[in-house]
Amino acid sequence: MQKSRLHSSRFRRFLRSLYTYKGLLLMMLPAIVFFAVFRYAPMYGVTVAFKDFKVKKGILGSPWADPATKYFIRMFNNPSFMRAFRNTLAISILKIVFTFPAPIIFAIMLNEVRNSAFKKTIQTVTYLPHFMSWIVVAGLMRVLLSPVDGVINDIIAAFGGTKIRFLMEPKWFRPLVVLSSLWKNVGWGSIVYLAALTGIDPQLYEAADIDGASGMQKILNVTLPCIFPTISIMFILRIGDIMSGGFDQIVNLYNSLTYSVGDILDTYAYRVGLVDFDYSLSTALSLFKNVIGLIMVLITNYVTKKLGQEGVY
Amino acid sequence: MSRNMNRIRQSPASRVLHVINAGILLFLAVIMLYPMWDAVIVSISPAAYASRGGLKLWPAGGISLSAYEYVLSTNSVRIGYRNTIFRTVVGTSISMVMYFMAAYPLSKKVLPLRRFWSLYFLIPMFFSGGLIPEYLLVKSLGLLDNLWAYVLPCLMGTYNLLIVRNFISAIPDSLEESARVDGANFFVILFRIIIPLSLPVLATVALWVAVGHWNAWFDAQIYCRNKQLITLSKYLRETLITARDACSDSVSGAEAVVSRSVEGASIIVAIAPILCVYPFAQRYFVKGVMVGSVKG
Repeated sequence: MQKSRLHSSRFRRFLRSLYTYKGLLLMMLPAIVFFAVFRYAPMYGVTVAFKDFKVKKGILGSPWADPATKYFIRMFNNPSFMRAFRNTLAISILKIVFTFPAPIIFAIMLNEVRNSAFKKTIQTVTYLPHFMSWIVVAGLMRVLLSPVDGVINDIIAAFGGTKIRFLMEPKWFRPLVVLSSLWKNVGWGSIVYLAALTGIDPQLYEAADIDGASGMQKILNVTLPCIFPTISIMFILRIGDIMSGGFDQIVNLYNSLTYSVGDILDTYAYRVGLVDFDYSLSTALSLFKNVIGLIMVLITNYVTKKLGQEGVY
Repeated sequence: MSRNMNRIRQSPASRVLHVINAGILLFLAVIMLYPMWDAVIVSISPAAYASRGGLKLWPAGGISLSAYEYVLSTNSVRIGYRNTIFRTVVGTSISMVMYFMAAYPLSKKVLPLRRFWSLYFLIPMFFSGGLIPEYLLVKSLGLLDNLWAYVLPCLMGTYNLLIVRNFISAIPDSLEESARVDGANFFVILFRIIIPLSLPVLATVALWVAVGHWNAWFDAQIYCRNKQLITLSKYLRETLITARDACSDSVSGAEAVVSRSVEGASIIVAIAPILCVYPFAQRYFVKGVMVGSVKG
């Protein structure tokens, strides 16, 4: 009795707060509707992966697949899927190994520069590629790497080498993916570390100077330990993103000759779904990718909290 | 102070290291710039010189603007420009209004069900329906072959919303309270205090959203087949990538469908607005990364 009255008074207070702050709620309404329609409604659409989807019948009207996991069984038995899964992991890991440390090194190098005009210029130039789309970057690469009139092949030829058809050779695909990621993101990625570097107490460097530390020793014993928290957070975030190999980049760089090493889950799901119109299989692929991705994010967030850092989310 | 002391103490060895460091950075900057410079040179060279190859530091054989004339007179470029400007201007404007209208209430502790709403906006960051469900949704809303397919599905993202909300949360409540004591109503507070104070973060997010619209191509690829709805980046993809792949699959890859100078000019025409805005807007872009690194 007592409890229910308490409850009802709390409920009434809640209703009154709804009324008092209806302005705030009304303000949020467009965003609430947007998220309901364009973010939550497609989540229901994942049921397509468990149905024999017919365009004419729609999602609700299409019959359930028999068995419900029919498309997942097809997926796991499909060599193209296994290939895409392997490629996704391989490209992601290659990118982490090479493009993760690069912005850190770059930030430390920039931080050593004393002339601020020079530093500013380098920053402006190296941040620029971040704003180019992958279509532009891929287009530039095609011009530079062309076996006919590309400057890279001209340099190879000038040193007596034979010209390479870079974008058609499977063995060059992954190196090019890594190099182009470096080109596009090394500058932009360094911003976070530069911010961390400016936060280091200069007294630490003075103390190191008094102890007679060389420039390299200062970097190893003062700089790196001071920015280590930032590095570990960024690393964990990157690991959480391991299932995306970079759709925009890959889809603009690969072609049928390089599918064997370049086709990732996202590009494969795209071709299955919107080129071959196998909606159910494509949805199953996306769902598989998203669930693994979600698990990775949850694990990495848990690890961040365990390490004593504030959780990322 | 400490900088000067460093300079006095600099040994010859460390001076050499600094020179090497600056040299490497300069080399990197050149590598960053050269591809774009190459495209510029190719675009203003006469066709015969453009496909001659070699390092292109300066236009050889005179300057020819015929590639630009060709590109700018191409129908799909003109239509593409119009559509891209439409989606960038309209999309960014609506997005910013919606971001602000959602972020302000979310920053208020008195908002009923605040935790629920935060979660509501957060979940889509971790899980999405994926390609096909989104495509089917756009289709069922009748947005296929419709200009609004470029604007509506990408109006808001969780990450940007969080950035705006965090920034507004940092505005002290006392400002609002003192204005209210002075008799300011809700709208006066909003337009005279909150919006002016959150302009830095709104500018940053607006720039990000605008660049996103300018570069977006995948929605144009999958939602719209009508030639009247082509966007600049889809034109660019067709010219630079699809056309080249088509011929490299069939013949030797040597024959290009369009000339090198047209390719170069297309790239420059497409990225020119970004190149023009970038030097002035750079600090806003960068500031946003810093804001984003403060989570809450």
